[in-house]
Amino acid sequence: MTDGGAADGVLLSASGLSLERGGRELFSGISLQLRRGQLVQIEGANGAGKTSLLRILAGLSRYGFAGHVEHRAAQLFLGHQSAVKGLLTPRENLAWHVAGEADFSAAEIDAALAAVNLYGYEDVPSHALSAGQHRRVNLARLYLSRAPLWLLDEPFTAIDRAGVGALEVRLLQHLEQGGGVLLTSHQPVTLAYPLLRLDLATGTLQ
Amino acid sequence: MWTLFHKFGSPPWLYRLSGSILRWLLPITLLALVGGAVWGVLFTAPDFRQGNSYRIIYIHVPAAVVALAGYYVMAIAGAVSLIWRMKMADIAMRACAPIGAALTFVALVTGSIWGKPTWGTWWVWDARITSMLILLFLYLGVVALYEAYENKALAAKACAILSLVGTVNIPIIYKSVDWWYSLHQPASIKFTGGSTIDPSMLYPLLFMITAFYCLFTCALLLNMRVEILQREQRTAWVRALANKGAAG
Amino acid sequence: MTPAATVTFCLRLLRRQLVLGLRRPVELGNPLLFFAMVVALFPLGLGPAPDTLAAFAPGILWIVALLSNLLTSDAVFRSDLEDGSLEQLLLAPQPLYFSALAYVLAHWLLTGLLLGLASPLFALMLGLAPGAIPALAASLLLGTAVLSLIGGIGAALTVGLKRGGMLISLLILPFYMPVLIFGSGAVQAALNGNPAGPFLAILGALLCMSIALAPMAIAAGLRISVDT
Repeated sequence: MTDGGAADGVLLSASGLSLERGGRELFSGISLQLRRGQLVQIEGANGAGKTSLLRILAGLSRYGFAGHVEHRAAQLFLGHQSAVKGLLTPRENLAWHVAGEADFSAAEIDAALAAVNLYGYEDVPSHALSAGQHRRVNLARLYLSRAPLWLLDEPFTAIDRAGVGALEVRLLQHLEQGGGVLLTSHQPVTLAYPLLRLDLATGTLQ
Repeated sequence: MWTLFHKFGSPPWLYRLSGSILRWLLPITLLALVGGAVWGVLFTAPDFRQGNSYRIIYIHVPAAVVALAGYYVMAIAGAVSLIWRMKMADIAMRACAPIGAALTFVALVTGSIWGKPTWGTWWVWDARITSMLILLFLYLGVVALYEAYENKALAAKACAILSLVGTVNIPIIYKSVDWWYSLHQPASIKFTGGSTIDPSMLYPLLFMITAFYCLFTCALLLNMRVEILQREQRTAWVRALANKGAAG
Repeated sequence: MTPAATVTFCLRLLRRQLVLGLRRPVELGNPLLFFAMVVALFPLGLGPAPDTLAAFAPGILWIVALLSNLLTSDAVFRSDLEDGSLEQLLLAPQPLYFSALAYVLAHWLLTGLLLGLASPLFALMLGLAPGAIPALAASLLLGTAVLSLIGGIGAALTVGLKRGGMLISLLILPFYMPVLIFGSGAVQAALNGNPAGPFLAILGALLCMSIALAPMAIAAGLRISVDT
């Protein structure tokens, strides 16, 4: 892994996060430190604010919450939307991605697309691909990125069982190389790796 | 300094402070408005060219001056809200827009009433009138943007940015409209230039401008108090206030 | 982020936006078609007398250019917000100021530049004196760049709203007015045989100021629009 990270291995630290929506408190007093090699799942019922918390941690929500978030390493955020342009091919989508990571070589991009089972689709306009394939194009960024900190919002939705398996292998690889992963998921996470759970209702990490 | 700053961010403190300010500012404002109007209408000489019709400037000019200043007050509140994320600045900025729009509207209407006897028509595309009209559009734009956002915290930030863009643009708009008018000005209505105002007319005018600033402040504080109560309606201090009001 | 990496990134963004625009050639033609249609409305509304039309031509051409720019501004960030690209852009380590500038530059290249280049044709349709055509094209090229930057602010502030289309006009039309005054002033001056240079210089000054300030407002507006 490259790209920074403090000596104590903390990638992301947040303290005293609380959020109110429409006069209702979604969560309060959430504190969290994500270290290298840690896998954390945010847990809570529908509407508990899992996505909201992830967006606050990513730095997308800047107003209307209380607390403090500090990034100590480069991050990769995958949201609900796949950020894939229908007019561009999967290869162009990755090569000109707006997230501004380093320049990737054509070989790296092709390898990443092959890893998400899109071999042969590199030059097909993305509007000819299915929604699931759009998600795969987005997931291909996990094979390209050099960011140690991953924030993934529902990464397992809308991909088939083989895709889930491949994604789990990639997460494991990233964690073993010293990366940190924070994710939300409806499906139970079945990774052969110690999983920490952040419960939004109680604010505890276990 | 910082403790004062933090106090301004506290709704109950601001609510009580504005209450005690209004208790004396409101009567003073009303007296000054009535007094200034009486002074301007009864105790000044008629203009040698326009007769008595010019007396409308005692409403027209103060409304125009304060309307323009109000935009800058709004933008400063917006900047404070963006930089220090102060909720009370959001509220102040939100309160400025309708008041400023109303004052601009008053300035336009009085200008139009003044224009009828002076120029023989209700509306002239004069530089100042055109600038005032654009100012009205700017205010209404802020109101429209605020209303379009469902999340009011974000609405305030968006309006703050818009009003800051406006402050940069207002001088440019005024200068360009001025220049545009001087290029197209028909010779027949060229009468603004060169005429000076007599001190006997100037003093009541300055007095009225001060009174209008007080009026703006009163309206702003009253508007803010309503907004504070609405936003804080679930808190203990507002409930206590409401219970006291119901009991008394 | 090193400056070189930022420049590379912005050029990549510019290329992406241009490719996206060029893959929908019909949409590129739409503002020009709109321009031609509105120009055709004026003889129908004012009467076909060549003298009247030629006298009003500077104002007509500038107002139509302004409206056509307004209609395209709304779309600058909309599709990127809808497919999630915009939130990725905001998370990019490069300064958003330059990214916003790249988006606006792409918008101008695809609308204002084409409009400026096509304007002599429309000028002839309205009977504008040939001597004023260089001033028209030059003022449109400079002025539409300012309009694109201002339009970007409106687009950034309203992109998160469902009913943005009408609102963006209300927000940014007042800011368009100085550009209209000096743009049509340049054409009028050339028509009267006066030098158009001073007007173009003022438009250039407005452009410099907008380049310096507008991207900041756009960046701040985008952060608000994504924060929902």
